[in-house]
Amino acid sequence: MEGDEVTLFGMWPAPMALRIEWALKLKRIKYKYIDEDHYTKSPLLLKYNPIYKKVPVLVHGGRPIVESLVILEYIDETWNEDCMFLTDDPCERAIARFWARFSDDKCWPAIVGVLSKTGEAQEKALKEAQESLKTLGEALNGNKFFGGEMIGYLDITNGWISYWVPLIEVVTDLKLVDENEMPSLHAWFRNFLDFPVIKEMLPPRERLLSHLKSLREDLIASPSNS
Amino acid sequence: MAESVVLLGFWASPYALRVPIALAEKGVEFEYKEQDLSSKSTLLLQSNPIHKKVPVLIHNERPICESLIIVQYIDEVWTDGSSLMPKDPYQRANARFWADYIDKKVIGTSARIWKSKGEAKETAKKEFIECLKLLEGELGDKPYFGGDTFGFVDVAFSAYCCWFYSLEIEGNFKMEEECPKLMEWVKRCMERESVSKALPDQHKIYDYLGHLKKRLGLE
Repeated sequence: MEGDEVTLFGMWPAPMALRIEWALKLKRIKYKYIDEDHYTKSPLLLKYNPIYKKVPVLVHGGRPIVESLVILEYIDETWNEDCMFLTDDPCERAIARFWARFSDDKCWPAIVGVLSKTGEAQEKALKEAQESLKTLGEALNGNKFFGGEMIGYLDITNGWISYWVPLIEVVTDLKLVDENEMPSLHAWFRNFLDFPVIKEMLPPRERLLSHLKSLREDLIASPSNS
Repeated sequence: MAESVVLLGFWASPYALRVPIALAEKGVEFEYKEQDLSSKSTLLLQSNPIHKKVPVLIHNERPICESLIIVQYIDEVWTDGSSLMPKDPYQRANARFWADYIDKKVIGTSARIWKSKGEAKETAKKEFIECLKLLEGELGDKPYFGGDTFGFVDVAFSAYCCWFYSLEIEGNFKMEEECPKLMEWVKRCMERESVSKALPDQHKIYDYLGHLKKRLGLE
C-alpha cells in the first residue's frame, strides 16, 4: 500500500471526473492528477477499473474506487472533519441521492442527446432536456445552492450542467435553460460558477467549446447514432 | 408521534422486493400496499410523481424512492442491531459499487434473455453468465457479500433470486453449472426468514413472465 497517497485518473473535459476534482479541492485534499486520453486508455486505468474501463478513478493508498457518485461519498466519509457534502439526516441524504441519480439518469443522456443528434431526434432530446432540467431546478427549493446557503453534494454532482449547458447552447444554437422559464436554475449556474474553489477549477472555455464542436461532428457521423 | 412505515411495492419486482428484505432484517414493522402497475394509484403517483414507480417507502408520511436509496435509508434510520453497510469507507464504497453494478449491468442484461430471440438471446445469456462469474469472484469464500453478515449487496441481489428459475428456462442454461458458489450463496440467503418470507415462489414468477411476454407481444 502506498501510504495515504491520492491519485485521480480523469480526462480534462469529462464532467464526471471534474466533479471529483471539485470535491478534492473543497476538502483541501492533496492529490496527483493523471489525465487520460479520450481514445486510448492507459494500462493503469484498465488495471484499476477493469469492469467499466472509464474515468474517474480515485486511487487512495493504492486502492481504487470507481463510479463518480461512489467516489464522492467515499471522499465525504473518509475526510469527514469539515466541509461535509451530505448532512447527517437520513431523509435529506436520501433526497440528495435521489436527485443525483435523476440528474445522471435523465438530464445527462438528454443533454448529450441535444449535442449528438440532429433533426427530429434532436428536437425530442431538447424537449427531454428542458423538462428534466426544469424538474431538477425544483430541488433548489428557492435556495442559492442545492445544499442551501453552502455548496453541497448536489451542487458538486450537478455542477457540470452549469458549465456544459451554456456551451452546448452555443454549439447547437438551441436554448436548454431559458432565464424566464427556469429562473432559479439559471441563477444557480451563476452562483455555482462564481464560487471561489469552483471558479479556479473549470476547463478552459474556448478549449472546451472547440472540443464540444468536434465531439458533435464525431457523434453525428457515428454509425451507432440514430 | 407513532411511527408509520408504509411500503408501496409490486410482488414480482426485483427492485421492490429489496425493501421488505431490508425492513425484516431490521425488525421493522410496516404496512404493505400491493400496487397495480397497469393502473397506478393516486398514492403512488403522489408519492413518486417523477418516476411513478415502485418501490416507495413512506416513513412518517415522507416518501423515499429508488430501491437502493431506500435500503440505505432504512440502514441509517434503524440503527439497533447489525448494519447492512460496513463501517469502513472503502468497504462501503465497494458495497455501493457492486449494488450499482447489479442495477446497471446484471438485471438489465438478464432481461434481454427473455426479451430477445436467437443470436441476441445467446449473446445476452453469455453476458449475464459473465456478470454472474464476476459477482462470484467478488463473493469469494465469504458466506455473504457483506462478509460474515448479510449486508447491502446481499439485500440488493437476493431479491432477484426468485427470477433465476425463469432465466434458466428462457436461456436454456443451469446456474448451478456456471456459478456453483453463487448458488450456494442463494441457498444460504433463502434460509434467512427475511428473504424466504419476502420472495414469491419461483414458479409464480415464471407464470407471470409468460403473461408479461404475451402482453408485450414477445410470444
